[in-house]
Amino acid sequence: MIELERLTFGYGRGTSVFQDFTWQAARGEAWAVLGPSGCGKSTLLNILAGLVQPTSGSVRIDDQLLTRPRPQTGLVIQDYGLLPWATVRENARLGLRVRNYYGPDGIHAPNGYIRGLDVEPWLERLGLLPQAAQFPGQLSGGQRQRTAIARTLALQPDLLLMDEPFSSLDAPTRESLQRLVLELWHETGLTLVTVTHAIEEAAVLGQRILLLNLPPNTQPLIIENPNILQPGYRESDEYVALCRGLRARMETA
Amino acid sequence: MKRRDLLLATLALIVLWQIVAMLVHQPILPTPIAVAGAFVKELGRDLVGHFLASLWRVIASTLLAILLAAPAGLALGQSKRANDFFAPLIYILYPIPKVVFVPIVLLFLGIGDLPKIVIIFLILFFQILVLVRDQAASLRPELIRSVRSLGAGRIALFRYVYLPASIPGILTALRQSVGTAVAVLYIAELFATQKGLGYYIYLNGNTLFNYPAMYAGVVAMSLLGLGLYFAVDWLERKLCPWLYVN
Repeated sequence: MIELERLTFGYGRGTSVFQDFTWQAARGEAWAVLGPSGCGKSTLLNILAGLVQPTSGSVRIDDQLLTRPRPQTGLVIQDYGLLPWATVRENARLGLRVRNYYGPDGIHAPNGYIRGLDVEPWLERLGLLPQAAQFPGQLSGGQRQRTAIARTLALQPDLLLMDEPFSSLDAPTRESLQRLVLELWHETGLTLVTVTHAIEEAAVLGQRILLLNLPPNTQPLIIENPNILQPGYRESDEYVALCRGLRARMETA
Repeated sequence: MKRRDLLLATLALIVLWQIVAMLVHQPILPTPIAVAGAFVKELGRDLVGHFLASLWRVIASTLLAILLAAPAGLALGQSKRANDFFAPLIYILYPIPKVVFVPIVLLFLGIGDLPKIVIIFLILFFQILVLVRDQAASLRPELIRSVRSLGAGRIALFRYVYLPASIPGILTALRQSVGTAVAVLYIAELFATQKGLGYYIYLNGNTLFNYPAMYAGVVAMSLLGLGLYFAVDWLERKLCPWLYVN
């Protein structure tokens, strides 16, 4: 699904964030990208989203060379992603409105896209129907993020990128949204890449965890975490041991 | 604000006027009752025509200012390079009181509606330009990034983000400058015209010495300013309901 081939990227003249970095993710996998701030994890996400171009090397998604944002990729960011003047329903419709505007041109909307505006099933699935007529300013942080997720999923992406999606939320809200994202990932079969600086979040959302260190990143360090969907995983010894291991690796990095 | 409070405030002002008029007891300050009588009588003559002439000038210049200043403000707010280029020019022109241009504009554009419209346009243009520019520039990069990730290119960003984001700026600019616009309209209508409330007030006060009619003109001009202010308020509630939640 995702293939980074000898990717190099740097800002200005400083050290490259990525140097000859090669990494693959298969379709339907749930990846967490974990690392301290400044390690380049948000850069990686921007590259995957097609918002930033690498200095050299190639990015292929679904066997297509990525040169611009691709309509089948969804992006959920930490906050401020909603239009403050639009209701929850209108925010959820925004992606569809953009697609309807351009039509199925293969650039802004996938080829074969059929125009529509129906987001009600997603509002219902994400428990947002009671808030559908409210504005972002009236919502809790969790409701805002659920709106952002509804808006992205309404476009039926095959790749969902999330950039620190739940960092600004309180612990119970964060956990319930993490559960929700896992359920949705399982239901829809999409490929999930979550960027986070929180070890626990990586351990919950990453079936495979890509650990980044201070630049330049040259070799992908991958930690397997196959049991994230098992009930009670968050309380298991395996989870606790994984978190401890990740913390140790981040500290020695 | 409650309607009842506004009504009470209006009543209080009228009562105060009545008391002062009774104390002064001179023809140059008629009582509100006398002015109300003159107002009704003048409506039957040409006060309505003067009112409409002034209203037309304000509306025309407002629409013109929005049509030209809002896109320019959006363009400057989106492009740092364009803003860097124009910002010094705007910085110098913005604070100049546009009313000083009245004689110049009259010299160049002569009689008729055009010079009046141009003067009010100048006042509103800079106000809208600056507020819309700042509003567009203050849009969070995260918002732009996430809307781009939904597939939006330049045109869709403009249509779904920048354009709706500019509406509060336009309305704030109008709210701030509609009073000044009416005041400057009054000045502009003192010259080279025989239509408009400014001319009407001056004619009745300084030529005909018909003080109740002059006051009727002042009331009409106040109603024009108030009406425009209320209209902006109403538009804001209609177009920006999100500003009124919580």
